[in-house]
Amino acid sequence: MDNEILELLDKDSELSAKDIAVMLGITEEEVSQKIERFKAEGIIVGKKVMINWRKTSKELVTALIELKVTPQFGRGFDQIAERFYQYDQVKSVYLMSGTYDLALQIEGKNLNEVALFVAEKLAPMEAVVSTATHFVLKKYKEDGIMFENKQTDDRQVMLF
Amino acid sequence: MTEFRPETQLNDVLTSLPPSGIRRLFDIASTMEGVISLGIGEPDFITPWHIRNAGIRSLEKGRTQYTANSGLKELRREAALYMKRRFGLDYTEKNVLITVGGSEAIDLSMRAFIKPGDEVIVPQPSFVCYGPLARLCGATPVYIDLKEEDGFKLTAKALKAAITGKTKLLVLPFPNNPTGSVLSRKELEEIAAVLNGTDIVVISDEIYAELTYTEERHTSIASIPGMKERTVIVSGFSKAYAMTGWRLGYAMAPEPVCAALTKLHQYAIMCAPTASQYAAIEALSQGDGDIEEMRREYNYRRRLIVKGFNDLGLRCTEPEGAFYCFPNISSTGLSSDEFCEKLLSAEKIALVPGNAFGASGEGFVRASYAYSADHIKKALEGVKRFLERL
Repeated sequence: MDNEILELLDKDSELSAKDIAVMLGITEEEVSQKIERFKAEGIIVGKKVMINWRKTSKELVTALIELKVTPQFGRGFDQIAERFYQYDQVKSVYLMSGTYDLALQIEGKNLNEVALFVAEKLAPMEAVVSTATHFVLKKYKEDGIMFENKQTDDRQVMLF
Repeated sequence: MTEFRPETQLNDVLTSLPPSGIRRLFDIASTMEGVISLGIGEPDFITPWHIRNAGIRSLEKGRTQYTANSGLKELRREAALYMKRRFGLDYTEKNVLITVGGSEAIDLSMRAFIKPGDEVIVPQPSFVCYGPLARLCGATPVYIDLKEEDGFKLTAKALKAAITGKTKLLVLPFPNNPTGSVLSRKELEEIAAVLNGTDIVVISDEIYAELTYTEERHTSIASIPGMKERTVIVSGFSKAYAMTGWRLGYAMAPEPVCAALTKLHQYAIMCAPTASQYAAIEALSQGDGDIEEMRREYNYRRRLIVKGFNDLGLRCTEPEGAFYCFPNISSTGLSSDEFCEKLLSAEKIALVPGNAFGASGEGFVRASYAYSADHIKKALEGVKRFLERL
């Protein structure tokens, strides 16, 4: 049941406790209590709206950065990751398997701003061995949400 | 020289079939802007990508020719495996005919068995095609009124009362469109007891078999001892896999019956569309997860809409299958038609009058929940405003 509540919220964070209760056939209090607990236990860590900034006047550039780093003795990658994710410009940080160690998603007003951030803030860090910057040209889908090619309801009214 | 009027040459039975009442309602709706419809009887999901992709791949490979009349052997084999896996039924590919939608399978079954003068028992409210198709074969439909107090289920008693010496076929439309009622194994056993010893053939329309919401999964009457021999199961891909536009269904029946259906199908259709058949192989072999996911989503919406109507004072029997609910609107003092027309003009909300599914549907409306939760909530708010102003 816990996962069912979370999956519903994962798809639509605006669902009310009342709606979720009806959809799952349990009481509203039960849902509210569980959601409070999810928040307290850091299971629900936040919620946000998905925006296709391309359709607005806001200038925004996104880049994915591959980082190779030297892990700190005794502290692994966590401490290095922390030094990256404190920056507001860094939107996501992942520890990766494979040919590089950390993947960062960075946002800036333009290419120059992002490039400068990488050159001045990330690359010089002691643990960083190398960086590779990939600019995002177009976003098709993110977190299960389509950004282009929105599905419309084209169903014809058949007799039944 | 008198003018030739082709309409006078049409089949009398066809001409006498009543025009659909709901058409007029939807003609009005289609001229209006911003209608919120709960009227459509097909999934709002689109076919899962891996299934669509299998259809595309078949085209890329140039598989554009006819298949065997009865359908691709691999597809028929998968269909038999699927029936065993999902519903515990023992069929082989020799029992399977792939058709153009479940609708064709219904039509073929009627034509295969009916002789002029036969009677066909049709429980109502139900999908609209059974009576007209039976009449086109020269049969007389005998309607059994399913009652709200019975949960819109067919009872053994009602069946027994409808059987005469002329009864050839029983149509078993469960899980039911429009009421959402299903028959449990126990209820089917009671019906089987009535059929035992008769010559009545059952057309079991199980197109919604995957969409049930009770602990007990859908039971086919063919799984009741002694019933498989007299049953044609009609099903398809439209509802379970959201594949309505692919037009693909099937009939499962004892071998001699299947052979007869195939003969008819061969004369009328040749074979079902090839690309659809390749997509369907993918659906049957890899699609169990898709069914579960859609079923779960429908179940959320089902609870939302049933509670919604009940909270508005429109009593709604718990629908245990399909994706419709069938609230009772008699408390408003309006007929089904009046209710739907007024609701459409006042709030631009489209529901289907219950009497479109047979006279016993009068006093009810059908609401589909093949719509997003948001859409359903918006529609319910409109119905609420409408009721407050009545």
